[in-house]
Amino acid sequence: MGAGHTHKLYRHGHSPVHRMPPHCKLVAVLGFVVVVVSTPREAVWAFAAYAALLGAVAAVARVSPWFVLRRLVIEVPFVAFAFLMPFVVPGEQTRLLGVEVSVPGLWGAWNVLAKGTLGVTASVLLAATTELRALLLGLQRLKLPPLLVQIASFMIRYGDVITDEMRRMSVARRSRGFEARGVRHWGVLAKSAGALFIRSYERGERVHLAMVSRGYTGSMPVLDEVTASRAQWCSAAALPVTALLILLLGWTP
Amino acid sequence: MSLSFVPSLDVRGLAYAYPDGHQALFGVDLTVERGERVALLGPNGAGKTTLVLHLNGILTGGAGTVTVAGLPVAKANLAEIRRKVGIVFQDPDDQLFMPTVREDVAFGPAAAGLRGPELEAAVHKALARVGMQEYADRPPHHLSFGQRRRVAVATVLVMEPEILVLDEPSSNLDPASRRELADILRSLDVTVLMVTHDLPYALELCPRAVVLSEGVIAADGPTGDLLADDELMREHRLELPFGFDPTRKPATR
Amino acid sequence: MHVPDGFINAPVSAAAGLAAAGAVAAGLRGARRELGGSALAGGHGAERTAPLAGLVAAFVFAVQMLNFPVAAGTSGHLLGGALAAILVGPWTGVLCIAVVLLMQGVLFADGGLTALGVNITVMGVVTVLVAYGIFRGLVKVLPRSRRSVTVASFVASLASVPAAAAAFTLLYAVGGTTDVPVTKVLTAMVGVHVLIGIGEALITTATVGAVIAVRPDLVYGARGLTAPLKLRVGGRLVDAVPVAPAPAAVPAARSTRTVWITGLATALVLAGVVSFYASASPDGLEKVAADQGIDKKAEEHAAADSPLADYGVSGLTDARLSGGLAGTIGVGGTVLVGTGVFWAVRRRDGARRGEGSGEGVRAGARDAVGEGARDGVRDGARDEEAV
Repeated sequence: MGAGHTHKLYRHGHSPVHRMPPHCKLVAVLGFVVVVVSTPREAVWAFAAYAALLGAVAAVARVSPWFVLRRLVIEVPFVAFAFLMPFVVPGEQTRLLGVEVSVPGLWGAWNVLAKGTLGVTASVLLAATTELRALLLGLQRLKLPPLLVQIASFMIRYGDVITDEMRRMSVARRSRGFEARGVRHWGVLAKSAGALFIRSYERGERVHLAMVSRGYTGSMPVLDEVTASRAQWCSAAALPVTALLILLLGWTP
Repeated sequence: MSLSFVPSLDVRGLAYAYPDGHQALFGVDLTVERGERVALLGPNGAGKTTLVLHLNGILTGGAGTVTVAGLPVAKANLAEIRRKVGIVFQDPDDQLFMPTVREDVAFGPAAAGLRGPELEAAVHKALARVGMQEYADRPPHHLSFGQRRRVAVATVLVMEPEILVLDEPSSNLDPASRRELADILRSLDVTVLMVTHDLPYALELCPRAVVLSEGVIAADGPTGDLLADDELMREHRLELPFGFDPTRKPATR
Repeated sequence: MHVPDGFINAPVSAAAGLAAAGAVAAGLRGARRELGGSALAGGHGAERTAPLAGLVAAFVFAVQMLNFPVAAGTSGHLLGGALAAILVGPWTGVLCIAVVLLMQGVLFADGGLTALGVNITVMGVVTVLVAYGIFRGLVKVLPRSRRSVTVASFVASLASVPAAAAAFTLLYAVGGTTDVPVTKVLTAMVGVHVLIGIGEALITTATVGAVIAVRPDLVYGARGLTAPLKLRVGGRLVDAVPVAPAPAAVPAARSTRTVWITGLATALVLAGVVSFYASASPDGLEKVAADQGIDKKAEEHAAADSPLADYGVSGLTDARLSGGLAGTIGVGGTVLVGTGVFWAVRRRDGARRGEGSGEGVRAGARDAVGEGARDGVRDGARDEEAV
């Protein structure tokens, strides 16, 4: 992944999607993905409509399609799995480009690819239009246990610091002529990982001291609350509701 | 007001052993008057950090007493003590644990119950005192080391502490940041206890110095006099930088 | 390894989500006990949890980026579940992995949002619990030495990876969107993951060894292996009063266990019931279910009169539409139930936290004069009372 904590997916902007309250966006994306996942795979055109919906959101948010496509790389291992399906799944066989493939396998591959791609795209759009800080506030607003949100925000705050330490250790190793080439060198790398753990844990203890010194007693003061107006909820709901309509209207004879 | 005759900090016969049996303090006596700037010098392992952690009650339970502005450090008034004693830890990354500078500075007063415009005003004032107002909405890890240290100072200044305790304030700073921090510290009308190995910095900022060695105060006097005492310095493993003459430049107040 | 959306059907994803939520809730409680038990500041549980678990999560996140070259340009990385479990304890481990997965899903689009529950269950809960269970068991059986810790770490982390693969295959068998031959998949998955597990085990063992060599007190799973403290009394060494061992194997008091079992049972029932309805949709699950002998159980449940069943079958004639609808409604219902459970847990949590933090400060003072031992015992007793 190599992304560190510098929220690489975020694209700065001032579009209506950027301005939408984070918890509305989270709910909208989750709702949308649930509808997508619940859609029967035979409804090929429904998936096309979902894709068009996401395209519209991307256009409003001014996120380039190229950026979204590049991020789809994350799916690759499962794409490989999907491509295997037509060959390993038993069932009715058919010929495609001169190769024997199974029909249920093809459907399975299509199902995974379509839903997975739509899911990743929706998540990428969420991440591209929402700042880290806002995401945490959104999760907090959605009543995630406060302790969980605190842990997540500490992870975000220090992910970067720890990754930097790891990078410095790697530079130090290489400066002394060490280059990890194979399994033989795992011991050295593991020692680094162990040292990194100790540093992380000790830093956690120091952070705790610093917090207690400033009056921390176990709960974070809530400084920022994100709020959403009815109008904002409505515009956020547009995505999942339209998707649901597509799903429902699709089969009315 | 009669209160102004009460010393900011009064430590009497403080002794402490860690739970593992290692004894760090063997009866420390130290009085710091209101408005004084005192340097706490001493070799590694002298018990400096242990002493500092007693000042706001993170460590308690040994023999002796610590009194801050007339208020004894005890379980019952820990919250008040932690408001009065502002500790700036050595690594600003440990101290700045919130996602943005503004939230970090607000953490202490918010934990004490301050909210709304008063909180905003307090945060703004504290950031202004260290010249960091325009960085309020930046995440701490996007700042330079010197800037992070200044924000760390602001996070405790915002509590309007009775005494500011700085742990190695000049470590890792480039000469310009070092100078800026010195100017800021000089401009504050607050009692300062500065733990440091940086003897020129101590001489520059603190008219008085105490030497902590093997868990007791081994010397107490004008900083210039202590630094000029070769035998004392050697005995406690304190060394002046090459070419530095402590008698040439008197401490400024 | 992160499962994307659409791989596992909606009802099973939701059920896994509920199981994951239960595990995280249990983790939030358990982590407080685990992180409060270190030698430096015993009893600070509640207030130490956030910074320490946060930093451990950051560590897991970072260490997953550390590349271990295998051969010829390929490399692998640590999954970290077993490592986290051994280093910081099972509950903190589950919690940290869950937070890492949550952040990866939301920030990096890594792993589908609807598959978050599946990912947490497979990579967090199963990995951590299997690893920790085996580790603890071996450490108890083997002689008290560092070599035993090494052996136990190796076996535990080796087993944890194929266990996760098997768990995933099982979920796939129940809620997979295509009926690939389950036994074949299981064999292939477990086979491949045994190989990956060997790598994971080598790295985990070496890392645990590196930590034990420097700060043995930080290795949660190996607490209690350190030599008893000595006191110097009149020039002679005498044994110090032994500190109460950290509640390692059973860190969860009854309260946690109740939440945990309730959550798991609900999730299982839901998985059974709801996926049966889902199988009305043309996902071709019946065969898989029959292979696995799940259909029998599901049929019993189907006898129960559920509005969803009527809705799914009779209300609408189009099978596909009713299938999709039933799925959506099923997920909605599951999410509602899950939220309810979470609410209840959260409110009890909140009440406990207030009480816990006050204790933390007092405990700190006592610990400073070396009375941490009694505190630990008291803490445990209080938890029992809280049930």
